[in-house]
Amino acid sequence: MTKEMKKELLNILKNNCRLSYEELAVMIGSTAPEVEAAMKELDAAGVIRAYNALIDWEKFDEDYVTAYIEVKVTPQRGQGFDKVAERIYQYPQVKACNLMSGGFDLFVAVEGKTMKEVALFVAEKLAPIESVMSTSTHFVLKRYKENSVIFDRVSKDNREAVVL
Amino acid sequence: MSTNSIKSLIRKNILETPPSGIRKYFDLINEMKDAISLGVGEPDFETPWTIREEGIYSLEKGHTHYSSNAGFIELREEIARYMERRFGLRYDPRDEVLVTVGGSEAIDIAIRTFAGPGDEVIVPEPSFVAYKGCVMFSGAKPVTIELKAKDRFRLKPEQVLDAITERTKAIIIGYPNNPTGATMEYEDYAALVEVLKDRNIAVISDELYAELIYKGKHVSIAQFPEMKHKTIVINGFSKAFAMTGWRIGFACCDAEILNQMKKIHQYAIMCSPTTAQFAAIEALRNGEEEVRRMVEEYNRRRLVMVDGLRKAGLDCFEPLGAFYVFPDISSTGLSSDVFCERLLKEERVLMVPGNAFGTCGEGFVRATYATSIENIREALTRIARFVERVKNT
Repeated sequence: MTKEMKKELLNILKNNCRLSYEELAVMIGSTAPEVEAAMKELDAAGVIRAYNALIDWEKFDEDYVTAYIEVKVTPQRGQGFDKVAERIYQYPQVKACNLMSGGFDLFVAVEGKTMKEVALFVAEKLAPIESVMSTSTHFVLKRYKENSVIFDRVSKDNREAVVL
Repeated sequence: MSTNSIKSLIRKNILETPPSGIRKYFDLINEMKDAISLGVGEPDFETPWTIREEGIYSLEKGHTHYSSNAGFIELREEIARYMERRFGLRYDPRDEVLVTVGGSEAIDIAIRTFAGPGDEVIVPEPSFVAYKGCVMFSGAKPVTIELKAKDRFRLKPEQVLDAITERTKAIIIGYPNNPTGATMEYEDYAALVEVLKDRNIAVISDELYAELIYKGKHVSIAQFPEMKHKTIVINGFSKAFAMTGWRIGFACCDAEILNQMKKIHQYAIMCSPTTAQFAAIEALRNGEEEVRRMVEEYNRRRLVMVDGLRKAGLDCFEPLGAFYVFPDISSTGLSSDVFCERLLKEERVLMVPGNAFGTCGEGFVRATYATSIENIREALTRIARFVERVKNT
């Protein structure tokens, strides 16, 4: 499979990973076994990292909070930020952890059932890490849009059923 | 006075124009819960936000007045730039571009500019239903050409030759085509130009789907130098920019023709909705990336649709433009009407019978892939089940 076809495959999967191998094959002009092989290869190479569903827990009436935490750290000689990042991202509560440019260093997304649970995690686990100088926690109050999906509304087709 | 006598006042050619024959499908589908409509002739995408936002902003700023009859000069300039950038066609924004109420108005006034009682207009079919209707309302006679599946629904010069009489004033060409999804390539037009170049016949070229093309590049007959002065190119924002409800399109042609068309527009319409005009300016300035995104998505669905219909046992020529497929259903032994009615009643999938687009559309049905891939997948499952049942009984 050409690189161009793989790129198209990734672009399709990015928005919808529930298409069958057959459908994907038709879309990119390949065969189902070839698509399956390419996806396995992209998996193994770490290009495709996961096939996740994007869930609006609020609609499911489930307690759920997300916080974004700005973390300032002292980089360590020879290891930069990687070592401290590693100590942070291993916690299962941490959903995302990125090194940032600008006024702070690591941007950490933490999920929990309640604000208290998240705040305690920050106080007890994140802040005490040796090279962490400071943390600043921002709770998500309302999710408007995530992964290109608008959470604020459920799209429905309100077109006329027949238009010539 | 009885209503009968009022009816006797109504023009014969209006009374004689049949209403669109799809009313019954509306009524049927409205009673169904989980029906899937493949009968919608418009994008399922919303107008890109950057475009909507400019419309809203214009209202906030109180831009609620008429524009000049032909449309804001800023928009006409953007259209002229767009036509050159995309299709290599040069028009003077001052007197060769007219902003209309959708492509539909442009079609109507282009026809009325040339044709009236005693005249003939050549209308290849299957095609957009408004062509024939507008010709009939003008009082002229539509002379139809039957496009053939074996020609991939392309217009052949010999067909045009056969249709021309001394009363022929204009020919309407619509590619990429609704309902077939057919396109015309350079060579196809070159052959056509041989027939048309030395004849005094206006060409009304409906290119509303020009952006929705999945192989190669869109060709306009106006790109042939010997044709440009007598071709009215009609385009718009509805299909390309997902702006159907805004009602905005345009016509480009020689000033000599445009100034006459503009009179009808001026008296019948005054000017196109200005909110839509402001939005359209933004569409041409910053909307093309979004168009590309939509075209990519249509293309994926197109491939799945064609493949699925073929696997369901229907002959389906590969459409390279617009967002329609036009499968041949004659192998089922059913007429287009019966096929569509039964498919809707038995499997709750709506397609449009091909004969709604001209009698030669009999034996075909139109399905759109301007709907989600989930809808397409489910519809294909139901269609396959239906076709198998019909063929085995």
